[in-house]
Amino acid sequence: MRTIKFLIQKEFLQIFRNKGLLPLLFVAPLIQLLVLPLAADYEVKNISISVVDHDHSVYSRSLISTISASGYFKNGGYSSSYKKSISQMEKDKADIILEIPVDFEKNLIREGGEKLFVAVNAINGVKAGLGGAYLARIINQFNEEIRMKWISPSRFNPGPVIEIVSSTWFNPYMNYKYFMVPGILAVLVTMISSYVCALNIVKEKEIGTIEQINVTPIKKIHFILGKLIPFLIIGLVVFSIGLFAVGRFVYGISPLGSIALLYAFLFIYLIALLGFGLLISTYSDTQQQAMSIAFFFMMLFMLMSGLFTPIESMPQWARIIAQSNPVTYFIQVLRMIILKGSNFNDIKIHFLVITIFAIGLNGWAVFNYKKTN
Amino acid sequence: MPEPVIKTNKLTKIFGDFVAVDEITFEVQPGEIFGFLGANGAGKTTAMRMLCGLSYPTSGSATVGGYDVYRENEMIKKHIGYMSQKFSLYEDLTIFENIRFYGGIYGLTNKQIKIKSEELISFLELEQEAKKLVKGLPIGWKQKLSFAVAIIHQPKIVFLDEPTGGVDPVARRQFWDLIYDASSRGITIFVTTHYMDEAEYCDRVSVMVDGSIKALDSPSNLKREYEAMSMDDVFYKLARGAKRGP
Repeated sequence: MRTIKFLIQKEFLQIFRNKGLLPLLFVAPLIQLLVLPLAADYEVKNISISVVDHDHSVYSRSLISTISASGYFKNGGYSSSYKKSISQMEKDKADIILEIPVDFEKNLIREGGEKLFVAVNAINGVKAGLGGAYLARIINQFNEEIRMKWISPSRFNPGPVIEIVSSTWFNPYMNYKYFMVPGILAVLVTMISSYVCALNIVKEKEIGTIEQINVTPIKKIHFILGKLIPFLIIGLVVFSIGLFAVGRFVYGISPLGSIALLYAFLFIYLIALLGFGLLISTYSDTQQQAMSIAFFFMMLFMLMSGLFTPIESMPQWARIIAQSNPVTYFIQVLRMIILKGSNFNDIKIHFLVITIFAIGLNGWAVFNYKKTN
Repeated sequence: MPEPVIKTNKLTKIFGDFVAVDEITFEVQPGEIFGFLGANGAGKTTAMRMLCGLSYPTSGSATVGGYDVYRENEMIKKHIGYMSQKFSLYEDLTIFENIRFYGGIYGLTNKQIKIKSEELISFLELEQEAKKLVKGLPIGWKQKLSFAVAIIHQPKIVFLDEPTGGVDPVARRQFWDLIYDASSRGITIFVTTHYMDEAEYCDRVSVMVDGSIKALDSPSNLKREYEAMSMDDVFYKLARGAKRGP
């Protein structure tokens, strides 16, 4: 045990003297946590709409003003013909075109119906899909409104209408930041723990200090623990700053579930990821190698973790990768405890899986670290 | 006659199809200053790494301090000190912190560490620098510090791999004073060097050429045997035929 004490003391002395590493550990994650959730926005806004109004009537103007009042669309200009609008779209100045036919108002009143034409630029599928849907909803609402104006409800029933009233649970205002912040926090903690830990050991290999350690009677497990514990502490500190300082004060997120449960999971998760960092270090001789390997896995971990895209909609093979990715479980647990207030029973599978990861990765790393070769 | 502290029998290390160390057999007696000479690439460092338990031999046998290099390499590590060719203490720690760290790793008590570090620092005359980072020290002082750390736990044997590379003759002379001092306290010294004047300071020397030991005796006997004026000539006569090297 005394050996570990000396190793940890040495490690902290070195970390706090490393003027390049400190900001990377404590400042960079905070900046990322402040910036990334604002950019990783699922909501589509500022869809630029080009309107071709052939009618120029009271109703057509009223429809256009309803659309622009919705807040989702920005005016991409009016044009006199569909052709001109299409050329606007080709120049990427319009995402959506709404064509209002001649006699829109007249037909609506006399015939009791009229067709509108909507064209959507589908290069960005999400934007096109959501933009089209928003526009359809607004036009529907507009339709309801004018129907109400014409019909006196007391005289007769206009026919059965199903109206949907939905309520949103766990995130009542559908604030996407509540969803993104825990996820991004998970990724940041993951990157710091595995990257920094791997690089630290490989650096000792590179400059040769590990040789002086290997010639001492130090036990492998002591050496590994001496590397793991300091970075475990740093991981816990960075996470706490992220969750309490940034999460609570900037985004107003406070965990619904048990904080103790959250930290219990974080603790095991960090051990697992640090073990992964150690494992990378045992397979690389230079920091460059370690960086490249870590980068490869980080990309995979991030994109296959359900951070940005739901795992349920991935193809079968991708789901298997996502399910063998420790980050997936951490993001799920964070979202579950923080947003849903889940208890231990809800996440016991996650606990089991991450414990297996922790034991497996660390066991492998200890096995693969050779004092004599 | 006491049991030798190092004993090898046909010790061999092969990397792929390259025979780095070719069946070397020798013994080192307790308290000796044993010079391990050889040209660049002769296999000195590889042989030394096997004896320190850093590398497994391909074949042959060896014991260090009575422990087997295959099965008991962690036991060997308790009883030896090692100073590598390349400075390998922590440059971002101070002299005092390096001594404390290695004292702790070798299992010294806090009191022992305190006494030892004060003793070593005054012995090396580094009182003024003890709280400075190692990074800024001149190479001669770094080597002294490495040596101090290598013998902090009073090992039976200390292995020194070119301990005086790249320093001036005065610093080399001072370093050898440290070696003599350690030797007088009963530590066996196993040292490699390229400087033939240093070879003269050793009790016995071996000369390695292309992976095998070509000669092994006291410097005076070697000079007589090879009819040479100095160890320089002895080395030249032996190593001239080397196929490996720069």
